[in-house]
Amino acid sequence: MIPFLARRLLWFAATLLAVATASFFLMRAVPGGPFDAERRLDPTIERNLRARYHLEWPLAKQYLAYLGPLNLDERRARVLGGDGTRVLGGVLAGDFGPSLRYRDQTVGDLLGESLPLSLALGALALAGAVAAGLAAGIVSAVRRGGAVDFLLRGTAALCLALPSFVLASLLVLLFALLLPILPVAGTGGWRHLVLPAVALGAPIAANVARLARTGMLETLSAEFVRAARAKGLPERIVLLRHALPGALLPVASYLGPAAAGVLTGSLVVERIFAIPGAGSHFVNSALNRDYTLAMGVTIVYCALVYGLNTAVDVVHRLLDPRAAEVP
Amino acid sequence: MAAAVSSRAHRRIVLVACVSVLLAAVLAGGGASSSPADCAFVNGAEPATLDPAVITAIPEGRIVRALFEGLVARDPATLEPRPGMAESWEVSPDGLRYLFHLRRGARWTNGDPVTAGDFAWSFERLLDPRTAAAYASQLFCVSGARAFATDVGEGGTPSRSFATVAIRALPDGGGGSALEIVLERPFPRFLDLLACPQLSPVNRRSLEEARARSPGTWQIDWLRPGTLVTNGPYRLLERRANDRIRLGKNPGYWDADHVALETIDALAVEHLATAVNLYLTGEVAWIDQQPADLASRLCLREDFRSAPYLGTYFYRVNVARPPFDDRRVRRALALAIDREAIVRKVTRAGEQPLLACVPPSMPGWRGASMAHGASFADDVLEARRLLAEAGFGPGGRALPAIEIHYNTRESHKDVAEVVADSWRENLGLAARLVNEEWRVFLDTQRRLDYDVSRSSWIADTPDPRGFLEIFTTGNENNRTGWSDPRFDALLSRSDAAVEPERSRLLAEAEAILLEELPILPIYAYATKNLVDPRLGGFYDNALDEHPLKAWYWRDDAELAEVRARAPAGAERVACHGPSRGRYAPGDSPRSGR
Repeated sequence: MIPFLARRLLWFAATLLAVATASFFLMRAVPGGPFDAERRLDPTIERNLRARYHLEWPLAKQYLAYLGPLNLDERRARVLGGDGTRVLGGVLAGDFGPSLRYRDQTVGDLLGESLPLSLALGALALAGAVAAGLAAGIVSAVRRGGAVDFLLRGTAALCLALPSFVLASLLVLLFALLLPILPVAGTGGWRHLVLPAVALGAPIAANVARLARTGMLETLSAEFVRAARAKGLPERIVLLRHALPGALLPVASYLGPAAAGVLTGSLVVERIFAIPGAGSHFVNSALNRDYTLAMGVTIVYCALVYGLNTAVDVVHRLLDPRAAEVP
Repeated sequence: MAAAVSSRAHRRIVLVACVSVLLAAVLAGGGASSSPADCAFVNGAEPATLDPAVITAIPEGRIVRALFEGLVARDPATLEPRPGMAESWEVSPDGLRYLFHLRRGARWTNGDPVTAGDFAWSFERLLDPRTAAAYASQLFCVSGARAFATDVGEGGTPSRSFATVAIRALPDGGGGSALEIVLERPFPRFLDLLACPQLSPVNRRSLEEARARSPGTWQIDWLRPGTLVTNGPYRLLERRANDRIRLGKNPGYWDADHVALETIDALAVEHLATAVNLYLTGEVAWIDQQPADLASRLCLREDFRSAPYLGTYFYRVNVARPPFDDRRVRRALALAIDREAIVRKVTRAGEQPLLACVPPSMPGWRGASMAHGASFADDVLEARRLLAEAGFGPGGRALPAIEIHYNTRESHKDVAEVVADSWRENLGLAARLVNEEWRVFLDTQRRLDYDVSRSSWIADTPDPRGFLEIFTTGNENNRTGWSDPRFDALLSRSDAAVEPERSRLLAEAEAILLEELPILPIYAYATKNLVDPRLGGFYDNALDEHPLKAWYWRDDAELAEVRARAPAGAERVACHGPSRGRYAPGDSPRSGR
């Protein structure tokens, strides 16, 4: 386990550096800049503004300064920053720098404020999806071929086929407008998270249900289940203690991609439900050419997805000792 | 054995899942705002900053106007300049020297008196190149200001002293203070300009304390709730990016007796359908935009309020690229656009077809109009004749396919399709639609790499000059390649002129522009507000400005009275405000506001 984790950590660093480098240069290659607007700035003022964030430096120098902690040309930086706005970044030192659009905030502040909400929403969606998906999958497998199975599988197919913005709009229409039991959008308590979590979790629940059903059907026809039944165990025990663990394996390996899907999928749902999570920064920072915020979001999301995938691999190794033997 | 291991692991997974759900609930609960505000509205995109000097967009302006007050403030109904922090003012007969007497007893939220010195320092800060304020040019009409702001020395500092700018704080009789401002040239709209939120004062002491406390991040720290010192009708209570800004009434404000609502939430919601949902469920009392496909349905309601808005929608023409260098071609294109179809079938919220550069709703303005026939059919005939004269069409060369360039958005696409259809049917031209993402689009437009490109312009102040000056030679907002010395000369002559001569010169300049047509006017904007019928103090005006200071809730009696006066036929809707109303301490209910 230790060499496995060490290897993962090494790859983690390499991946992050590659992602940061690629997104830094891609971002700057896109036409248009952070201070463009229909009403263009006076050229002198635009020059002052670009100078404040060192956008007039050669790209390579900006890149090094962004990675920091090489604080290039510190004297000049202090003067231009209007007595001390920090220079771009120093990501290695944990400083993502100031946001180019939200001039009152640093990228660290923005992420610190929005990310917990995205994670909460994601965790809620994922937990709900796994619970609902497992239940549906098991019932579906046990009642194979029946009306309930048909209904559940149909619902799952629908949840997979509907894009999340359609599902979200339908949920709002049903449970907030026609039947006003939940708020339409915004924040303010757990009730505000119910509809977004359902919209976000539905396709995952559908996938979990399908995987659990297949896994369950496989184990139900296995020898040890027949043996358990032959011993005269009650059906409930046979299902939960003997058949279910086998059915869980494919579900567990799906959790990594599912978690990544929840994180990246949240941007649509967050927009529709006006939730101030990190998902909105993911899109808006790119549209605004907010270089520093876009970089910050990309790096943090990359780290999160990598971390989650590693966690799932660890869980998988715990569940299935055979996996540990494969390097 | 395997089953036993799996079973243990299985229990572990269940445990982890339960913990994360709990965690989620706790986190979500922790993010909850306190009690609901007296009133909430949708403020569009998250404000980029609350620093008055550097704001540029409408959502920021709304908040800054509530937090700060400048020398003068606009009347919410008529937009006339009214006394703000300046109690009174005098203008010298030549229109150059303004003397503002500061209001005695006006205080910052930290207890400091608001003085002329605060304004002088704030204006210096606005002009200082290190502030990099987009609207610093607003003050360029002040003697010495342009040179101070644009003469940049070593390390970005201004090379001149602020003493060269004609802004001075003077003592006023009885311990008060006065601010003297001398203009370079008479500028009749100077008071309108002073009412812009960018020209609000900031509290010097709070900025300097923040700087001493945390030199690295002071520019961020002084704007936080709890540290931001303001002088306007409201204070900053809470702020959470992309969620809400909560404003609380400032009890120390000089006119607090006429401020009714204790707390107001400004919600950052960009998704238009979400905004409509929030409005329909009564979560917010005002939204200023709706999805275009709902407009025809919503405009039947009593709470839909449309009024002329000082904004224009037009296409820029790249006059540097043949055949658009030919004035006849441009005129033919302008004539053959079916503007009626656009405002009736596409925009549908009260917009007006536009044949000018300055919107006709400009107060006190009688401008020029593009020459046109009695009917659209006549215009089409004239357009065909012009094209033939330029050597295109039947018997002549074929016009190359025209690209209509617009930024990616459904509503722009719909307009472009109507325009392309008009040209295809009426002139036999091939027109192609090309869309680009907003900032790529701006870049393409700036590089003059287009045939015809979508544009719009919104006024900051009710002054026709703003719509015209962008087309002067070398202006960074010209972006058409067009230049005419006669036009430039008329504009600079208008700077030195007084009314009514000034308006006459500007109208003459507009006539030249409409003869040359580097732009194809399409329609004049209309405001499209959905406002809770119970919300009082909300006036329709041409700048779509609705100061929160004036807002109050109507009681049942006043609501009935307002409804009785409203035109019949509008669809009644449910109101969500408090039925007993909420009035300012200084205003008894229905005191005739």
